[in-house]
Amino acid sequence: MKIRAAMVGDKVEVKVLMAHEMETGQRKDSKGAVIPAWFIQNVTATVNGRTVLSAEWGPAVAKNPFLSFRFSGGKPGDKVVITWTDNHGDKRTDEAIVAG
Amino acid sequence: MDRNRKVAAALLLAGALGAGSIAAQEKSSALQEIEKYRAALGDDNPAELWEARGEGIWKEKRGPKNASLEKCDLGLGPGVVKGAYTVLPKYFEDSGKVEDLESRLVTCMENLQGLAPAEAKKDPFGGPGKKVPMDALVAYIVSQSRGMKMNVAATNPKEIEAYELGRRIFFYHGGPHDFACETCHGADGKRIRLQDLPNLTKTSDVQHTYSTWPAYRVSEGEVRTMQWRLKDCFRQQRFPELEYVSPASVALTMFLAKSANGVVLNAPAVKR
Repeated sequence: MKIRAAMVGDKVEVKVLMAHEMETGQRKDSKGAVIPAWFIQNVTATVNGRTVLSAEWGPAVAKNPFLSFRFSGGKPGDKVVITWTDNHGDKRTDEAIVAG
Repeated sequence: MDRNRKVAAALLLAGALGAGSIAAQEKSSALQEIEKYRAALGDDNPAELWEARGEGIWKEKRGPKNASLEKCDLGLGPGVVKGAYTVLPKYFEDSGKVEDLESRLVTCMENLQGLAPAEAKKDPFGGPGKKVPMDALVAYIVSQSRGMKMNVAATNPKEIEAYELGRRIFFYHGGPHDFACETCHGADGKRIRLQDLPNLTKTSDVQHTYSTWPAYRVSEGEVRTMQWRLKDCFRQQRFPELEYVSPASVALTMFLAKSANGVVLNAPAVKR
């Protein structure tokens, strides 16, 4: 994951790039077999233990998802932690410090 | 009064008929959507995921010789990655041929890592669920030249020969449609479906185009390299397959790269 967090006015803007195939489960391979669904189902963002974003995703989200959001009550130096879990049970967590 | 109105009407009609490229008038909605996507991304680009992976592969020990690519000479000396893309394609003594970035990587994989040529050239382009080393390596190396000006020398006789060959290929009509590169890229204002086409015989267009490849192709969810782009052009023209890192592909790249000299590289970029 690549995470960038910076102040925009009085809010913190967070931009996250996640590497994930996000297979919908609707595609077929060249032999005609269905490619199994494999996509991120849950995304959470916490700052100093406080959840600032919680998302439930489905197959409509594209490959290598880009997520951008703003939250209030943050300041430079805060640590933003993003975690995703997918339908295989895989999990990934990354963090970034809010820039000035 | 009546005459003025007629003149005004004539000018209006002429303006509408004599429209330049789509981009000059109103943008196609496809172009607008892509620009919205770019604006939302800001500085971010999914290609960064490839750049990070590529840096890892550059340093990873692979092949029978269990060596990394870190001593590979990309044109500015062994191991120098920063700025290397701006001088490619280039003639290399050790291989005796003019090489572009991907050709050079194949050479280094063979020489430094001991990979067989077939192994080194295998599967250069990623796909759904398929991660390959080559496009990641290209993304990483090109990112290290971002912001720098293209500076292909093309002074060595073999480099000049490659440039001339590339130019000839560009204008060579063939295949079942009697197409050449110039068929689509030889004049202003051309477009295929919703894709505006650059006029690659015009310096400003070829500079802009060359400075934005390789790129993350949103529609494919992959980073696509120059070799990929040329191969796909050949496919679209219904030409015989352009072999990966063949002399013809390097020659065409040389022609385009040298024509783009002076432009500031802005790659890997984001494309539709």
